[in-house]
Amino acid sequence: MGGFIVKRLAVSVPVLLGVTFLIFMLLHVVPGDPVALMMGERMSPEVIDRVRAQMHLDDPWPVRYVRFISDALRGDLGESYKLRRPVVGLLRDAFPTTLKLALAAALVAWCIGIPAGILSAVRPYSLVDNFFMGLALTGVSTPVFWTALLFQYLFSLKLGWLPVAGFYSAKHLIMPALVLGWSSSGLVARLTRSSLLDVMRHDYIRTARAKGLRQGPVILRHALKNALLPVVTVMALQIAFLLSGSVITESVFNIPGVGRIAVGAIQNRDMPLLQGAVLFTTVLVILGNLAADLLYGWLDPRIRRDGGVGR
Amino acid sequence: MDRGNAVLQVRNLRTEFATRRGIVPAVDGVSFEVFEGKVTGLVGESGCGKSVTALSILGLVTSPPGRVARGEILFEGRDLARMTPREMGAFRGRDLSMIFQEPMTSLNPVKTVGNQVGEPLRVHLGLSAREARRRAEEMLDLVGIPEPQLRYGAFPHQLSGGLRQRVMIAMALICSPKLLVADEPTTALDVTIQAQVLDLMMGLKNRLGTAIVLITHDLGVVAETCDDVYVMYAGHIVEQGDVYRLFERPGHPYTQGLLRCVPDASKPGRRGPLASIEGAVPLLTALPPGCRFAPRCPWAQELCHRQIPDLVAVGEGHLVRCWRAEEGGKP
Repeated sequence: MGGFIVKRLAVSVPVLLGVTFLIFMLLHVVPGDPVALMMGERMSPEVIDRVRAQMHLDDPWPVRYVRFISDALRGDLGESYKLRRPVVGLLRDAFPTTLKLALAAALVAWCIGIPAGILSAVRPYSLVDNFFMGLALTGVSTPVFWTALLFQYLFSLKLGWLPVAGFYSAKHLIMPALVLGWSSSGLVARLTRSSLLDVMRHDYIRTARAKGLRQGPVILRHALKNALLPVVTVMALQIAFLLSGSVITESVFNIPGVGRIAVGAIQNRDMPLLQGAVLFTTVLVILGNLAADLLYGWLDPRIRRDGGVGR
Repeated sequence: MDRGNAVLQVRNLRTEFATRRGIVPAVDGVSFEVFEGKVTGLVGESGCGKSVTALSILGLVTSPPGRVARGEILFEGRDLARMTPREMGAFRGRDLSMIFQEPMTSLNPVKTVGNQVGEPLRVHLGLSAREARRRAEEMLDLVGIPEPQLRYGAFPHQLSGGLRQRVMIAMALICSPKLLVADEPTTALDVTIQAQVLDLMMGLKNRLGTAIVLITHDLGVVAETCDDVYVMYAGHIVEQGDVYRLFERPGHPYTQGLLRCVPDASKPGRRGPLASIEGAVPLLTALPPGCRFAPRCPWAQELCHRQIPDLVAVGEGHLVRCWRAEEGGKP
């Protein structure tokens, strides 16, 4: 098991290098001078040039890239141009907020999506199925910002139950988590349904019925674990994306998470901060993939690395 | 055929499937009886309705599109065909159980075999997990699985096909059922393993007194294991009788054809191609109006193509569905 994890992490090194290179080149070619943006337009060109030289922005890009990588390896992602603070510290401060939001949203998505998918699969093409799948379709196809605005209007302005935006208490977490979770719950429900319907056709489900198990236990004890395999993969990846900050939700609700940092960094041409945020996201996605693989092994003994018992 | 207590009496069973081309009767007017401690064989080619008959008994026909449309399935006097799924569930796995053809896919891949073997005990007898485990290990031992304590925690993919079928047998017999339906239990196995698994089933039958419905296309298996035989063709029973009579004096041209298809090692001089029955089983959507075997029958007359014959007695308990049965099925 340990060996497997190490091997998987080693494989992800080229991925990390590729992503950092890509983002580095992208920032290199986009128009807009970070120094000019930082210092205002009325600053004299001589001063701007001097500052550029100070910040090593005059160096050729390969030199800057290698410097970025070697600094990153030492845990130094540079300093934000705009905020004048180390990038690592900024990300470290923002991450817990994003983590809370991501986990709450994932919880919402599972609690709605998995039961809805099961109920739909039990009676396919029934009224219940059509209702849930219609709901799932709206969940998947409604843009998050729109749901967010609707929720804000309903729960804050009309009903006054929840705060409109900001992030100061658990109460502030409810609405963003619902909005974000709602949009993924549709995907989870559809995936659970189709996967469960597929599994229910297998021979071992007939065997379970032949033992005298009723529909409920057949689904919960025999079908669900098999059916959740693809759902788990998708969900682990989705959590990784949620953890890297839901850009739109964090912006609409004014939540100081990783996503909002990334948006701010783009607006300000804050290269070190943006590079840091992207690198962070990449690492999370890689870890999410690894988590999905490990979970898969736990759910499905056939691909368990240790080979299980009795071999 | 009065052979003691009938555990199962199937009467005039019709199981049909709704398809795009209309209602298809996979099993059409099938009647048979299974006696305590005896093995009753259902024989025929693929697609003749053997498996659907088996699934109908257990109430496992996928519905929709399938349903038991007519007939009675009397198990100890109670009609299984009229039971609600809940009532049926109380019987399945306890008093009647089933072994399936495919040991590779019939076990749940993500549950340990021990757990699956012990499950009927927990469902039907309400045993504790610990007690179920003890009994499951005993059962694994009884079906000849080496190191049952260790294998209890194994997953299906870690066992060979033969071992998996033993696991299926253990699972089916753990509640000591009165009736076991075995649908081609040895078809997917190596020949050497086939004999072992059959021996095991017969041994357990004698020990537990279970009545067995054995579904197979293998006449060698029938000769070795069965007491009574029912030959099925295109949803009909075309011949029935005890195994000795049927092998000695097969009355239906189809049975005769099947018997001819078995290679005979005792005649080493006879070379040449293996015998076969010309043609194929008719599509259930396009059944001939008369005898269903008539299009393939070498002795078919005009009447055979026009009208379906009834089962007629040609000996004690020996019935044949053929217009020319009295002539012995031969011209």
